[in-house]
Amino acid sequence: MILLFILGLPLMAALISALPLGRRVAPAVTVATCVAVLVLTVAAALRVVAGESVVTIRNWIAIDGLSALILLLVATVGSTAALFSWGYIAREKSSRHLRRYYANYNLFVFAMLSVPMLDEPNLVWTGVELTTILSVYLVAFENTGEALEAAWKYSVLTIMGGAIALLGFLALYAATRGRYAEGAYTWRTLIVLAPGVSPRVLETAFVLILVGFGAKAGLVPLHTWLPDAHSQAPSPICALLSGIKTTVILYVILRLIPVLNSSGKIDVDEWAMVVGLFSVGIAAFLIIQVTDYKRLFAFSTVEHMGIILTAAGIGGAAGHYGAVYQILNHTLTKSFCFFAAGATLLAVDTRQIADVRGLIRTSPPAGVALLFGGIAIAGAPPLAVFLSEFSILRSGIAKQHYVATALLAGFVIVAFFGILYHLNRMVFGQPDPAIESAAPIRLPVSCVLTLILAAAPIIILGVYMPEPLHKLLLMAADGLTR
Amino acid sequence: MANSNALLTSLNGLAAGLFLMSSFGLAATRQMQGCLRFYITQSICLVVSALLLGLGLHAPDLLAVAVLDAVVKPIVIPVLLRRTVPEAVFRRREIAQVLNIPSSLLIALALTLLAYFLSGYLPPATGSLASINLPVGLAGLFIGVYTLTVRREAVPQLIGIFGIENGALLCGFAIASGLPLVIEMAFPFDMLIIALVIGILTRMTHERVGTTEVGGFTSLREGIGK
Repeated sequence: MILLFILGLPLMAALISALPLGRRVAPAVTVATCVAVLVLTVAAALRVVAGESVVTIRNWIAIDGLSALILLLVATVGSTAALFSWGYIAREKSSRHLRRYYANYNLFVFAMLSVPMLDEPNLVWTGVELTTILSVYLVAFENTGEALEAAWKYSVLTIMGGAIALLGFLALYAATRGRYAEGAYTWRTLIVLAPGVSPRVLETAFVLILVGFGAKAGLVPLHTWLPDAHSQAPSPICALLSGIKTTVILYVILRLIPVLNSSGKIDVDEWAMVVGLFSVGIAAFLIIQVTDYKRLFAFSTVEHMGIILTAAGIGGAAGHYGAVYQILNHTLTKSFCFFAAGATLLAVDTRQIADVRGLIRTSPPAGVALLFGGIAIAGAPPLAVFLSEFSILRSGIAKQHYVATALLAGFVIVAFFGILYHLNRMVFGQPDPAIESAAPIRLPVSCVLTLILAAAPIIILGVYMPEPLHKLLLMAADGLTR
Repeated sequence: MANSNALLTSLNGLAAGLFLMSSFGLAATRQMQGCLRFYITQSICLVVSALLLGLGLHAPDLLAVAVLDAVVKPIVIPVLLRRTVPEAVFRRREIAQVLNIPSSLLIALALTLLAYFLSGYLPPATGSLASINLPVGLAGLFIGVYTLTVRREAVPQLIGIFGIENGALLCGFAIASGLPLVIEMAFPFDMLIIALVIGILTRMTHERVGTTEVGGFTSLREGIGK
């Protein structure tokens, strides 16, 4: 039952947000719902960790370790981004736009919650399509020429990807049809039946889904829409898109890795490593030449999607653990980065790196947040991303993938210096005298609160891993192995 | 029985042939109206093929899908586009395209040949009745991707997406009959929301930017000279 509540609450909140009940109601309802969903997902995840099976409708709606982790992350970022929206979107004068924003926000969260919960692969495709379609307006929300351009590129490329992936899903279904009990077509069934499927068909289906959903997850070379959409959308939406939406879609691709591995005749690890490294490499060098700090973080998302896929390709228990650990840390850190970027945007009202100098003096909270976000996402010790990247590199050496590991390490270092080079110039440096003499800009309370709440897990996970979370990660990694 | 099956096979072949022709039309026509008409023709062929396969393979789910698709694809979606997209966009006759028509047709032909070779990599069709759907559907998918890439206008790009989806479904009907009805119903519903969302996005763009020539949208890019 718990899973149905998790799905139902955002739908109800979307309905209430759409009603004209005053400017405060929609944000309050959205935050309350998202926090309630977070509490419920924590409860569900704890049950998974305790070894109970959380099944609401057998073969249709159920979660295991891997999906519990993704569900937890969706609910976490959903809550922090809702809180950040409260102060950030309040600038919008039209109450109608405000209501539409929150109604759409809740629907988007609903779609993302549905993906890890669904157990029938074809329905998962529908869920993924919904995440795309329901976020198009959120990207276009600011209704400027640039925002519409970004929304256009985003919708066309990612919906095209969805249509290509559809054929892949139908092929998977067709290849295994009739060899399981009526109505029992699930991810698990696919793994069990994969050895009997012609490897050629299985590989074709995988490539169709990799290309199609790769476009949605921002894997190179179909990543071109990502920096546009993830920079033009309102910052809380960027946090959702970059922090978790790309991960939710990568999760679907990762689900296929054990299927292909159980077939035993296809080298899926090689596919994952090559595509992953390609994304990391291209993104690392693109980071160096950005001129817009939100695009900087967007390219870093492409890089991290590549790192996760590479880790999944390195394989073995250690590689898979590195992949899920990186998913956890990337989501928490990247959403924080976009909150910091949103705070900076509120403080300086420009997205250009070159126009921002001495942020730490003109707006200390935004400056500190941006610096912390940059250091954390670049992977500096002792923060969380450093630990997961280090564990991935170590698993690569242990599995004797020396070339891949060396390339990965090289690209990560290039990205590290690229990110810090840009942020260093923004945060320190001599501010424009005109700006410096002006009164410091006050950030909305909800934004500052979000920054503090979102920073806490990044710091804590760097030094301490709670036992249930560790267990959940192990179970999730196990889901990639078998 | 054998006779009726042969008739169904040849009728299905006819539907598939017309489907392929309208895919070529999608890639090559210069008029906005024509583009929409080719999409409608293509969707009707898809529906007919689903009906024939439903009859020939005794698959009631395919018949249900055919009825649903017959309502959504050739009727509701075009009406929806007409309603949401400003009339001025539809009156355009010369829609900009990166490559000219003869080269487009040649490329579409090459893609069709490629589809014939690659269709062997898909799961085999259920029965010889449906086997023609595999290469034709795959060709429709490829040509749709090509259309999407070279078109510079909003609505033809959207119709390119529908072409991809139609191609995927034409293949899908041949290999994956017997899907649960919930899922079969999700596909046309999904297309409907896509048409609605992108239609409104097109209108917003037209109101805000004054053009729907999305190929000319290049204000978001990296690097020097910005």
